[in-house]
Parts: sequence; structure tokens; C-alpha cells
Amino acid sequence: MVEILYVIAGVLLSATAIIAMYRIIAGPTILDRIIASDVLLTTLILVVAAEMIINAHTRTIPLMVILAATAIFGTVSVARFVTKTEGGRPQGGAS
Amino acid sequence: MIDAELWGSILDITAAVLLVLGAFLSLAAAVGLIRFPDSLARLHAATKPQILGLILVVLALALSLRSGAALLLLLPVVVFQMLTAPISAHMVGRAGYRTGTFDPDGLVADELQPDIEEAGRSDLAPRDTEYP
Repeated sequence: MVEILYVIAGVLLSATAIIAMYRIIAGPTILDRIIASDVLLTTLILVVAAEMIINAHTRTIPLMVILAATAIFGTVSVARFVTKTEGGRPQGGAS
Repeated sequence: MIDAELWGSILDITAAVLLVLGAFLSLAAAVGLIRFPDSLARLHAATKPQILGLILVVLALALSLRSGAALLLLLPVVVFQMLTAPISAHMVGRAGYRTGTFDPDGLVADELQPDIEEAGRSDLAPRDTEYP
């Protein structure tokens, strides 16, 4: 019973990670990529927690804390430097 | 009277169900990422499970570990995410508005537009080009 639920959760989280990776690669704008990478990072936190539930240990809780506290830096620093460009699509660059 | 072993397995099953719910919310964000047409709509889908999904999975972890010390370490995870997720969503939304990565026809209200015109900062207005 519990094992089946663990497998379902694993499949759902894997699907999320794969779709987020697809959006990071496909874009089309840098904002889509940074939003998808945010989703990927949240999924990573969930996966770390799920692994702790399945294997019943507490060793990777500090990893969760650090990931949750530093997830903001990448998103904010990229969003800060998104500018309008001639091509009609936003790209990274000094503003 | 429920004995300790049965109680333990009830908590384990509850934790597994909460874990599946959190994983399902995270998949909902992924479906939003792949189905929605522009950056701002994708941002809307992506930011929902960041809090609720994380709370559900952290709750599952707390039920599964059943230790006070672990709970003390898990609270900062939720607090940090609650503090930082709105900031990053705001920053991405601001960048999305300024670079015009959305379909203006899909907006019901645009309250920033009159303010930008009043301030004379047409450089901050969304661009007029068609979004693909």
C-alpha cells in the first residue's frame, strides 16, 4: 500500500522534473527558462523530502533548508537583468 | 484503544498520501508550464505549488519522522519559501510586464498602464510587438 503511493509520488515528481527541463531547453524567452528552473528547484526540494520519507532518515534536512533559503537568488538576479532587445524577445543583458 | 503499531502504520499511510498530493501539485505546475501560452501565465501556474506542495510534503515528512528536532529544522524550510517565493514571483512578473512577454488582449485590467503614462515613462510600457 505505502510502497505503491511512494512509486506514484516518484513518477509524478520525475514527470515534473522532465517537463521543467523541457521548458528550460525550449524557452522561448529567458523568463520562461527562469520560471521553469524555479519549478525544477522546488521539485528538487520535494524529491529530497520524499527520499527522506522513503528511506526513513534525517540526514538531508540541512540540504532542504539551504535550497529553500537560496532559491530566490538565481531567479531575482536573472529577472533584474532582463531587458528589451531589438529581436522582440527579452534576453539577458545589463539594464 | 489503538495500539502503537497500528497508530504508526496509520501515520505512515497518511504521510504517503500527503506526499502524493504534494507531488500531484508539483505536476500541476509542470502541466501549466507546458500548456500556458505566455510567461506571465506560466508564472501563475508555477508559483502555486511552491508553497502548498512544499507544505504538504514537509507535513508528510514530519508525520513520517515523528521527532521534535526534525520539526524544528523543517519549519525554516517552509518559512524561507514563504518569504522568498512572493519576492521572486514579483521580480519575474515585473520583468515580464516590462518586456511585454504576454498577450495584452488577454488582460481584463491593466492598472499599471495609466500610471506609466502619467509618469511619462513610456520606456517601461509593454512593447507593441506581437508575442509569438
